[in-house]
Amino acid sequence: MHILGISAYYHDSAACLVSDGELVAAAQEERFTRRKHDPGFPAYAARYCLRAGRLCPADVDYVVFYDKPFSKFERIFETYLAFAPRGFKSFAMSMPIWLKDKLFQRTLISETLNEQLGNDIDWSSRLRFSEHHLSHAASAFFPSPFHEAAVLTMDGVGEWTTTSLAIGRGKELSVFREIHFPHSLGLLYSAFTYYSGFKVNSGEYKVMGLAPYGEPKYLDLIKEHLINIKEDGSFHLNMSFFDYCTGLTMTNGRFDALFGGPARRPESRLTQREMDLAASIQAVTEEVVLKLAREIRTTTGQRNLCLAGGVALNCVANGKLLREELFDNIWIQPAAGDAGGAVGAALGAYHLMLEKPRSIHSGDSMKGAYLGPEFSQREIEKSLRTAGAVFTTESDEVLISNVVHALVDGKAIGWMQGRMEFGPRALGGRSIIADPRSPTIQKQLNLKVKYRESFRPFAPSVLREDVSQWFQLDFDSPYMLLVADVISTKQLPMSEKQTQLFGIDKLNVARSEIPAVTHVDYSARVQTVHHTTNPRFHRLISKFKELTGCPVLVNTSFNVRGEPIVCTPEDAFRCFMGTEIELLAIGNSLLRKEDQSRASLKDYRSCYEFD
Amino acid sequence: MYLFITELWAFMRVRKKMWLAPLVVLMVVIAALLVLAEGSVISPFVYVLF
Repeated sequence: MHILGISAYYHDSAACLVSDGELVAAAQEERFTRRKHDPGFPAYAARYCLRAGRLCPADVDYVVFYDKPFSKFERIFETYLAFAPRGFKSFAMSMPIWLKDKLFQRTLISETLNEQLGNDIDWSSRLRFSEHHLSHAASAFFPSPFHEAAVLTMDGVGEWTTTSLAIGRGKELSVFREIHFPHSLGLLYSAFTYYSGFKVNSGEYKVMGLAPYGEPKYLDLIKEHLINIKEDGSFHLNMSFFDYCTGLTMTNGRFDALFGGPARRPESRLTQREMDLAASIQAVTEEVVLKLAREIRTTTGQRNLCLAGGVALNCVANGKLLREELFDNIWIQPAAGDAGGAVGAALGAYHLMLEKPRSIHSGDSMKGAYLGPEFSQREIEKSLRTAGAVFTTESDEVLISNVVHALVDGKAIGWMQGRMEFGPRALGGRSIIADPRSPTIQKQLNLKVKYRESFRPFAPSVLREDVSQWFQLDFDSPYMLLVADVISTKQLPMSEKQTQLFGIDKLNVARSEIPAVTHVDYSARVQTVHHTTNPRFHRLISKFKELTGCPVLVNTSFNVRGEPIVCTPEDAFRCFMGTEIELLAIGNSLLRKEDQSRASLKDYRSCYEFD
Repeated sequence: MYLFITELWAFMRVRKKMWLAPLVVLMVVIAALLVLAEGSVISPFVYVLF
C-alpha cells in the first residue's frame, strides 16, 4: 500500500511517501524549485518521493491532500458574510481565485498529477482529502514513539480550527476539543510578526529570537485588550484590533494606537520597542501553551504529549513546557508547519481511513528527519566536475580529520552529507558548521556567510551522551525544537557594566564557554546528535571533542538569507562560492575556497529576496 | 463537474449549510459568465444581462 501525501497551495508545499505504514521519503518543494516557502504543487518533491520508493506513478494507491477545500471555502465565505460590507476589497481579490481554481481542487490536483506524473491513471478516484488539523495531529502522533498520547496542535488556521486537542491510542486518533477561527494563537503571533516589520509565515522565528533582548512590557496591555485567556487555556481574541478577517494586513489602526505607532517598516532599524513587543507576545504564547498543556494533561490523564502545527516550532515555549514536567515525555513533529501536513495526511489515511495497524519504534518513525534526497559519491563528483569545482576525494577518516582541524582554525564549513532533512531545520545533513568556542564566529556567520540580521542566534549540535554536561537538558532533542540554558558552570559571569546593557548591545558580550551558541538570556536551541540516526555527524563531533574537549558545534542551515536550504551538490557549491564559507565537505569530497577558480565566485547576496 | 456538484451538495448537507447553496451558485454563475465573457461569442448576452 503506497500513499502519497501532499501539502500545497498555501505555503511550504511538500510531498511524502508512506509505503505499508513506513515513512519512506519526504521533501519540501522549495528545495527543488529554489523558491523559499514555494506554495505551488509539489511536483518535484512528489517525483523525488516516487524515485526514493522505487515506484512508478501507477503504484500509488492513494494521494491524500492535507486539507479540505470546501471547508476552507465555507470559512472564508462565511467570514466575509459576517463582516460585510467591510472587507469587499479582500473579498474581490480572493473570490475569483477560489471560484476559478481552489474550489475545484479535486479537478485541479488530478489534472496536475496527470501533467506531472502520468496521464494514464485515474487520479481523481485515488484522491482523498484530510482535515488540516487532523493532518497535523496525525503527523504528531503516528510517527511518535508512544502507544498512547495526548496531542496538541496549534497554528494560524486550517479550515475552521486553529487549535485542537486530541487523543491517540494505537492506530486511533480522535480530536475532542477545538478552538475556531478567528481566535488563533498562530495568527496573534503572526500579527506581532507583521507589526514588528517581519514577513508573516516566515519571520515568526525572528520574533522568537528577538524576544530575549526585550522585556515583556506590553504583556498586560495585550492581555487586557487583545486576548482573553481562560484557565483551561482556551482564548478569545478581540477582533476589533485585527484586520486579517477582512483586510489585506494583519493589524489595523486601533492596534497601532494601542501600541503607540504604526508597524515597523521592513528592514528598518530594530528598536527596543520591537524587542519588548517580541518579549511580550512570546510570554503570552508561553502562557497559552502551558495552560492548554495543563488542561489536556488533566482531561486525558495521558503522560505523553505530541505537538504539531506552526506554533509547535516555537522551541522556547516547548522548552518551558518540558521544564514544567507536566508530561513524562514530549515529542514534537520536526516538520510541525504545513509541510508536515503531508506526512499527517498520508499516515492518517493509512491508519484511520484504511484502519491498518501501526508499528511503534523505540526512537520515532521520522528517521531523524533525514527523508530527503541523497547523492552517491559518483553523482557528487560528476556534479562538482560539471560545475567546475576543484576538489579532492578523501577517506572518511581523513575527511573528518581535515574538517575538525579547519573548525579549530575558526573556519566556517559547509557540510552536506547523506539525505536532506525534512522540515525547517538543518540537522547535520545540509548544515554550515563552526567552532562554538569562538567569540567572533556568531557575527562572522551572520554578516559574512548567512547575510542575515546580526541579532539572530545560532544553535548548537551536541552529542546526546554529553548534552546534560553542557545544557540544562537531559532529554532527546534531535530536531532542534527544545530550548534549554547552558549549565551554570559553563556560563561566564558578567561585569556590572555588562549587565546594564540594553537590547542589541547585549549581543557582543560572551556569556559562556560556547558564546557562539549562547543567546543573550543564556539559552540555546539544542540539537542532540544520535549515533543511530546520523553516525557521520556524530563521528565528526566526537572527533572535535577529542581534540578540544568540547562536544558541541555551531549548526546553522546551509543557505543564505531568503534562500531555501541547499539540496544538491550544485546548490551547495553555488552557496559555497557566493559566501565566505571556507571549506566544503560533500560526501567524501573536500573543497577549499583558495583552490577554486575566481571565475566561479559570484555575488550571491542579491540572488534571493529577503525573507 | 458532476462529481464537483455531488461532492459540494453532500458537503452542504453534512455541514447543514444548505443556505450557502444559492449564494455559491450565484457566485459560480457570475464567475463563469466573467470567464466566458473574455472574448467569447456569448459576450453580447453578458452585456445585455448587466
